[in-house]
Amino acid sequence: MALPVKDLFSFLPTPFDMIAGAVVAAGLLVTFVATSALFFIWLERKVSARMQDRLGPTRVGPYGLLQTLADGLKLLTKEDVSPDVADKLLFNMAPYVAFCASFVAFISLPFGNGIVAYPLNVAAFFVLAVLSSEIFGVILAGYSSGSKWSLFGGIREAAQVVSYEVPRSLCVLVPVIVAGTLNLNTIGHQQQGFFWQWNVFHDPFTLVAFVIFFIVATASCKRAPFDLAEAESELVAGFHTEYSGLRWSVFFMAEYASMFAVSGAATLLFLGGWHTGLLPFEPSEKFGWAGHLLNLAVFIFKGFFLVFVMMWMRWSLPRLRIDQVMMTCLKYFLPISCGLLLGVCVWELYVPNLVENSWKIVAGVGTLLASILLVVKLFTGPLTTPNRELPGVWAGRPTAITPP
Amino acid sequence: MNLDVILFAVIAGATALSALSVALTRDIVRSAVWLLFTLIGVSTLYFLLGAEFVGATQLIVYVGGTMVLVVFGVMLTAQQQFLKIKTAGPEWLVGGILAIALFAVLVHVSLGFGENHPKPATNTLPSAGPLGTAFLGNYLLPFEIVSVHLLVVLIGAAYLARAKRRSKEEGRS
Repeated sequence: MALPVKDLFSFLPTPFDMIAGAVVAAGLLVTFVATSALFFIWLERKVSARMQDRLGPTRVGPYGLLQTLADGLKLLTKEDVSPDVADKLLFNMAPYVAFCASFVAFISLPFGNGIVAYPLNVAAFFVLAVLSSEIFGVILAGYSSGSKWSLFGGIREAAQVVSYEVPRSLCVLVPVIVAGTLNLNTIGHQQQGFFWQWNVFHDPFTLVAFVIFFIVATASCKRAPFDLAEAESELVAGFHTEYSGLRWSVFFMAEYASMFAVSGAATLLFLGGWHTGLLPFEPSEKFGWAGHLLNLAVFIFKGFFLVFVMMWMRWSLPRLRIDQVMMTCLKYFLPISCGLLLGVCVWELYVPNLVENSWKIVAGVGTLLASILLVVKLFTGPLTTPNRELPGVWAGRPTAITPP
Repeated sequence: MNLDVILFAVIAGATALSALSVALTRDIVRSAVWLLFTLIGVSTLYFLLGAEFVGATQLIVYVGGTMVLVVFGVMLTAQQQFLKIKTAGPEWLVGGILAIALFAVLVHVSLGFGENHPKPATNTLPSAGPLGTAFLGNYLLPFEIVSVHLLVVLIGAAYLARAKRRSKEEGRS
């Protein structure tokens, strides 16, 4: 096991070593959340730019990496205005409520074998519970702004998140039933070994549960295509219409923090946690500190990859209408996740080991081959098309400017 | 001084303060928000005492579920005349007597606990595993009764909240 942070200060007298450990752990987490938010904002701009055939930020720093920092400085110097009719106390408090909720989830999220600020026994449940209280910031912001656009955003957010919480919890229960524990550290440990040992390949139900969990988590982070709370085309900017300056950026930090938190939870529950999937042993036990660093890097890479997929979805898919959002949740995700829960119970109780192991190999290797095929397809196709022709599925079809 | 005692004092003080604000504030939305902080404080106390599962349950049920609906309802129904709570003289009297009586009973009961209170963080309280086994083992019948009751409540709520379609006979008359 890793050295817990509180033991680093064992030379101090009793209450002070715990205080010092807590301060160091919290400081590390705040640094991680803040720097990853800076990186994510840059990534979001780059991804959206590439999707729309633009370059994105290029001027400030290499590849425009320091653009977010420059924008942060600009936001710091902006005037902090609040509307006349706003409830000042709640208006000022709301962004910090949202940020605190998404930050607290990181406390029990293991970044590697035992690299966790506080190892809770019910960590999976705790992460869900804390992330579900993030919407308070949004609802309060919507109400206290004293603006109709904000209120609409807040109400939509409340309706959406309260409904999406149910399938999200049910989907988390599926790998928890497989693991038999709510401790995220233990769940990560159980997926040690090659990548077909990951929970996502455990049985058909966890595979579907992963997909549904990811979609529902995107919805509960109020990301497009579910970003009804801040639908720019309808509600100006939704719940943060009246915010400016630093408070506005705190909302964004909360959003990116909770994106990484749900991605990290998905990684731990389904995608093997901090394991590479290529080593049949636990790296931190063989290599010591180097293994811990490898674990940390792998976990953060997996989390960042899932966040990248969320951005990919955001810039590819059109926004849903509010009734479509509610219908998707209540008519499709909820019954499907109930079915998955029953299915995984039956699988755990009655399916023999032979079937289980062969499913693991088939699903794992099949997914690997499919993704390799996809990547090869992507990179071997022609990168440019001949003049006056369209690429992809439109290849060879006449277009508006094709000469007759 | 023990760190646990100091933390308990800080959290309990903050919880009591926000509980007091629930009663004292005039603005109904702010009152709901203070209630939210009170419930968060109570769940933090559970975590401090080592009851992680109860603490997380308190967060997900009361903070994530119930309080969202309360704040939601208060926000939507708080019209001009209901936004500020006005308390008249007799209400102060009745409310005050009731509050003092309740406080006296609570103080009496909690002093009666004596030395039996659980020592913080030394004995870990049963987590999800033993609780679940108990629910599906010894206490299966009460658990089932409660679940059926909740199912009935759920169906009843859905029945009451459904979109009312006027039947054809009603439409003609």
